[in-house]
Amino acid sequence: MGAVIIPLSKKKSVMMSQISMKPPAGPEQSVASRRRVWLGDFLFEWITRLLAALVLGTLLAILLSLVVTSMPSIRAFGLGFLWSDAWDPVQDHYGAVVPMFGTLVTAGLALLIAVPISFGIAVFLTEMSPAWLKRPLGTAIELLAAIPSIIYGMWGLFVFVPLFGRWIQPLLIHVFGHIPGVGLLFQGPPMGIGVLTAGIILAVMVIPFITSVMRDVFELVPVVLKESAYGLGATTWEVVWRVVLPYTRTGVVGGIMLGLGRALGETMAVTFVIGNAQRIGASLLAPGSSIASTLANEFAEAVGDLYTSSLIELGLILFLITTIVLALAKLMLLRLGRLEGEKS
Amino acid sequence: MLPLPRKYRLALTLASLCFMTQAMAQDITGAGSTFAYPIYAKWAEAYRPVSGNGLNYQSIGSGGGIKQIKAKTVDFGATDMPLTKEDLERSHLVQWPMVVGGVVPVVNLAGIKPGQLKLSGSLLADIYLGKVKKWNDPEVAALNKGIPLPDQDILVVSRSDGSGTTFIFTNYLSKVSGDWKNQVGSNTSVRWPTGINGKGNEGVASYVRQQSGSIGYVEYAYALQNHMTHVAMKNQAGSFVQPDAKTFSAAAANGNWKAENGFYEILTDEPGKDSWPITGATFILMQQVQDNPENGKVALNFFDWAYRNGEKAALSLDYIPMPASVVKLVETEWKHSLKDASGKSVY
Repeated sequence: MGAVIIPLSKKKSVMMSQISMKPPAGPEQSVASRRRVWLGDFLFEWITRLLAALVLGTLLAILLSLVVTSMPSIRAFGLGFLWSDAWDPVQDHYGAVVPMFGTLVTAGLALLIAVPISFGIAVFLTEMSPAWLKRPLGTAIELLAAIPSIIYGMWGLFVFVPLFGRWIQPLLIHVFGHIPGVGLLFQGPPMGIGVLTAGIILAVMVIPFITSVMRDVFELVPVVLKESAYGLGATTWEVVWRVVLPYTRTGVVGGIMLGLGRALGETMAVTFVIGNAQRIGASLLAPGSSIASTLANEFAEAVGDLYTSSLIELGLILFLITTIVLALAKLMLLRLGRLEGEKS
Repeated sequence: MLPLPRKYRLALTLASLCFMTQAMAQDITGAGSTFAYPIYAKWAEAYRPVSGNGLNYQSIGSGGGIKQIKAKTVDFGATDMPLTKEDLERSHLVQWPMVVGGVVPVVNLAGIKPGQLKLSGSLLADIYLGKVKKWNDPEVAALNKGIPLPDQDILVVSRSDGSGTTFIFTNYLSKVSGDWKNQVGSNTSVRWPTGINGKGNEGVASYVRQQSGSIGYVEYAYALQNHMTHVAMKNQAGSFVQPDAKTFSAAAANGNWKAENGFYEILTDEPGKDSWPITGATFILMQQVQDNPENGKVALNFFDWAYRNGEKAALSLDYIPMPASVVKLVETEWKHSLKDASGKSVY
């Protein structure tokens, strides 16, 4: 029994050690101390339980308050809010489709760019990197995650946007602009600001997240499996593609989902570079806006109940989207854990 | 002192510190307009040594200021979009103007100097509607003979956040263009038909500075401090005017201020050959019934001091102080409308 005792205070643990040193003590004393230990355990258990419930309660409270405060707009616009592209504070008419589109497109672009790059980095770190480079390179990539998002926004606006608008966008327009179909995505003046820029900045921001998860799960692959593949004459690429990736599929998808969750909710960096226009443009170079950037821009100055509650309903939509994404990620990571358990 | 454990002692000290600052604070709290923030900050700086009272002003925007004063979390709210008489009565607020300022269109065009480019109100509206798309459009050229206008797309930059600056600007466009009035309208934030949007004066300014061929609008002091290329505007009388203290006061002189309607007055598109057409006042809001008359009195003393001694500071930032006649009306209104819970006048 002595092994499971958690010393709650210094005094008590001294007492406990005395008890355990002298087991043949009086019967009453041992019963009293056992009761005290039982009470401590009981309290400890319930405190931890309460703390856990607190988190859940906060989450539910946030959800509830979002729903309650967005009731005026839910009542006024109903489900039509989800597919109306109106965002007109003068007429007091609002719809979510423009910011939703911006959020999903920028996050999608970010993943399109970030996933292959993160995959490359993770493969290099786990399979090819010389041992002395592994640690500094890994740390450097994780440091990217520590940079505050407003720094990314400022860097994006003042450094990346001019370069991108001056050199890269004219090139994109020149190369892709004339191709039927795809060309529609690359139209308009090269401002450097827009949906594509936001996607690229987001990609830089989510790369460290996706990379670290990928690297961690790649390291879970049993060496025996890889060695056997190499023994059969597989190249490094074949080992990564045929052995490592199938083995870690769910974990990799979980990592991507984490990145997606971050990209969906990112506010400041997107606000700086997306152009904040409440319009949907066919072109990736056109300005747009995301849910988070709309909230950041308009919430402080929103006058009137309907305007405010429409913004809150946007927040509710974002909350639901990110919750679903993160829940999926967690489920996949859980499944990975279980698979690992079965295999080992 | 009692032999308390160290951590309790620390907590006690911290707690007592909190109470001390609370007791000492005679600070005036206010929130709202970003347009007026520079002048309130400057006044507060000069007022503190004279009176010992500081000002804690949060420039969260006019909409935020209105919300905060309605919720009574601040002593006063500041807004650039005046509330109508009905609004004031419904929320039991008193409103009065503090200073007048100007909004100026700014451009980024190679070879064009500040004040060189001329625009009229209807042309400005057409540019912001996306109807006039090129800088060398015949309409622009007609007003600017002899100025080299490039064959370049016009990139329209507006405010993405709600703001009093936007209200003054769109109010002007609604007055001079029927299309603007019908399609867009005037408000602290509107549905912009074209272009990109930046957050705050600084957001608009940084886009305009960065993008060649762009046009934006900012508060005048902001354009001046950042050496931006402002344009000359054609006013209601048909003459082209440059934005400065003289043209702002010419517009303000037309103001018809009345306490009965909460000093509701918008100074855009005023007559007179010297009037800058995009001029507006910024307003203060206070609760009719002061729950804490002491604080209310301290705030009113500050505003009175600012009316009397703040002229130089205002002019140095290119805001126009209110004329003495208006100040008299405002202070009479204070005596008349601002009461404590028992109905006694606060001021």
